[in-house]
Amino acid sequence: MGIISRGFQGRRRADGDRLPPGQYLVEDFPVLSAGPTPRVPHDRWEFTIDTEAGQTHRWSWQEFMALPSQRPTVDIHCVTEWSKLDTTWEGVSLDVFFEDVETAAEYALVHSYGGYTTNLPLEDLLDGKAWIVHRFDGEDLEPRHGGPARLIVPHLYFWKSAKWVRGIRLLNEDWPGFWETAGYHNYGDPWREQRYEGD
Amino acid sequence: MRRRLEWRAAELVKIVDETGTARTLRFRVPGWPGHLAGQHVDVRLTAEDGYSTRRSYSLAAPADGDLVELTVETVPDGEVSPYLNEVMEIGDQVELRGPVGGWFVWRPASESRVLLVAGGSGIVPLMSMIRARRRAGSRVPFSLLYSVRDAERRYYADELAVPEPGLDVTYLYTRQAPPGSSRAVGRIMLDDLAAGGRPAVAEPDCYVCGPTGFVEASADLLLTLGHAPERIRTERFGPTGG
Repeated sequence: MGIISRGFQGRRRADGDRLPPGQYLVEDFPVLSAGPTPRVPHDRWEFTIDTEAGQTHRWSWQEFMALPSQRPTVDIHCVTEWSKLDTTWEGVSLDVFFEDVETAAEYALVHSYGGYTTNLPLEDLLDGKAWIVHRFDGEDLEPRHGGPARLIVPHLYFWKSAKWVRGIRLLNEDWPGFWETAGYHNYGDPWREQRYEGD
Repeated sequence: MRRRLEWRAAELVKIVDETGTARTLRFRVPGWPGHLAGQHVDVRLTAEDGYSTRRSYSLAAPADGDLVELTVETVPDGEVSPYLNEVMEIGDQVELRGPVGGWFVWRPASESRVLLVAGGSGIVPLMSMIRARRRAGSRVPFSLLYSVRDAERRYYADELAVPEPGLDVTYLYTRQAPPGSSRAVGRIMLDDLAAGGRPAVAEPDCYVCGPTGFVEASADLLLTLGHAPERIRTERFGPTGG
């Protein structure tokens, strides 16, 4: 147990068991990003997967919209200590995008319009664990929350859920992304509290 | 792999009221490793029964040995900020972990001009940059645009009133301006950034900090003025959780 702060009471929550260590609940949806919000019109949007062998798979917005969609309801956990329960999204599972992708790569580097990057093991994107989403809470995803489309990988801290997603590069070696080279943990499991490098 | 960031005991040694709802807390943190201007810390509070919670706060000044400063705005109905601002007394302890964040930082060795754009309590990490510049004796030109509701809500008003070579300070009042102000009250606009800022051709490093709406608007205006997106660094303070 840490040092006791004299006179601190705090608030306990009934649904605390859904919160990873060190997180607190919010009802609103805070925005965090490192620079200006990119604006990407649908007719210029594309999503790509580049394999380690140099093959590129490409989807236009229309092709993306034609893929079978899902409506995941998930809890999200930001490294800045807020968590939001039961968020509802609409989009396409990464499993769908990867159906025709031939790869033996172990790592993925996600990149975004605006230049953001984040890395994770490829297996963390597959088997129903990640989606490219274009709607949040029944509405089109606002640019400040990553619209027109963002990645969500809810089992990792939310910086892995890249806003304004543009593509995924598959790599044989791990390549740390934007926050992963700026002091944050390389993997970012909220249940193991992997916030910062060395955690 | 770097050594894990440790939780460190932090004893409150000084309190300075900034406004009616904000105060600066100076802590003594034995073993503090130092930090860069713009970085933040996690603060952990633990109750007697072991319940604990934590929040992130920006550091308000460069480290002075093992002394670090936070400026905390009380979030009405918040869990942590009312404790820090209304309950804590000199000699009380919290735990700190950090420093955190390697992007929204200013390094004294940098030679780029700097444009700081603050909305409300977003001034805190930017003030840390101004103080770091002063401490380093840097001559890099800094401009601060500080959007604030009225004169009573300004943080660090006395310190920013002292003329400092190479530092321009402009207040943008959103609700009520002091007598004699030439600018009409209102939110930050293109003209504010064009006039009080550094022109895009000077390629300043821009640091924008404040509530989400303010940061979104300011960053968009900077893009409109021709500032390169990679020179615009943002940090957001939501009214969340507190």
